[in-house]
Amino acid sequence: MKNNQSYEEFIKGVWRDNPVFAQVLGMCPMLAVTNSAVNAVAMGMATFFVLVGSSFLVSSFRNWIPKQVRISCFIIIIATFVTIADYTLLALVPKVHKELGAFIPLIVANCLILGRQEAFASRYPTRLAVMDAIGMATGFLLALFSLGAVREILGDGALFGVKLFSANFEPWVIMILPPGGFLTLGVILLFFNWFKFKKDEFLEDVAEAERSGH
Amino acid sequence: MDNLPWIFISALLVNNFVLTYFLGLCPFLGVSNSLETSARLGLATTFVMLVTAVCAWVLNTYVLIHAPYLRLICFIVVIASTVQFIEMLIKKLSPALFRAMGIFLPLITTNCAILGLAIFATNRGYGFWEGIVYALGAGIGFTLALVLLAGLREEAELSSIPKLIQGTAMNLIIAGILSMAFMGFAGLFSST
Repeated sequence: MKNNQSYEEFIKGVWRDNPVFAQVLGMCPMLAVTNSAVNAVAMGMATFFVLVGSSFLVSSFRNWIPKQVRISCFIIIIATFVTIADYTLLALVPKVHKELGAFIPLIVANCLILGRQEAFASRYPTRLAVMDAIGMATGFLLALFSLGAVREILGDGALFGVKLFSANFEPWVIMILPPGGFLTLGVILLFFNWFKFKKDEFLEDVAEAERSGH
Repeated sequence: MDNLPWIFISALLVNNFVLTYFLGLCPFLGVSNSLETSARLGLATTFVMLVTAVCAWVLNTYVLIHAPYLRLICFIVVIASTVQFIEMLIKKLSPALFRAMGIFLPLITTNCAILGLAIFATNRGYGFWEGIVYALGAGIGFTLALVLLAGLREEAELSSIPKLIQGTAMNLIIAGILSMAFMGFAGLFSST
């Protein structure tokens, strides 16, 4: 029973309530760093660390944080983790850190993270909060990766820096420039809308068939 | 001092905060459904950006040289509390101004455009006046992008659009086309 609940919290973040595709949260870092798959994954990992770390801490301290100043407390906790992530990336992968630049500190302003603390971690026990954070962060990582991969393949003809096409491929440069971010995410959301649309239609058909059957 | 106009134009058009740095997208997509609201939000954001530039300069000059690793926490706490304080001041001194932008102030205090401004200004080592001009350019650029998108969305409201594409998907594609138009300014300088 308990395991089922943890699994449920995990999977909802990955697919049904995917932070990017379903809730359209955390867009700012999302679009800015997804011009290549490597950057996207690095950003996703950093966000993963910050989200899971702060959910754990917020949920552990949820009975001690006074209600009136909770938002400030959450922000200070998040900012601490972001600072750790920033310095860690600088030490381990200075090249990626340089490319991501100001967007690592900006994780702190990602509405996804604060949103999870307010909506989930401050109300539920630690284990569930961590599962929820892992799910949401995985969903975010997947979304970042798919966007980064599409943009890198179309805009550079490569994935993780490995060339995929022959020399005849003409790179679609606009995809790695800022407009490409807006357009790609727009098209992916369109696809998600279509999927939801079809699903609703299907469910209606099933309901209709059941009614006429009886 | 002679690079001030370039900083302004660069922040306003070439490196527009919304359309090339993707900062402040949440209000950009969330509030841009009417022209009037977005103009007011733009005004409020420009104002907060000016306050931020001053705060960031003070912190960088007097506090953070001793403890650079506290940068992020300091920025957030100081900017948020200064904006809160000024909000109370405006409420007392000018109710008309408060009505025009009051409700937006708490919303945008820790928005990524605001924090991004502080971090960019720090990374580039801007002085006091450079920071102010940069904030002004970025704020007006944000307002410009917001008002343009709001105008386009008001037009789109009147035309018949397939149900599938309505909503965020369409707004993102409109923003993409706007951003493409702003890329035209990229050749304005050889170095930014």
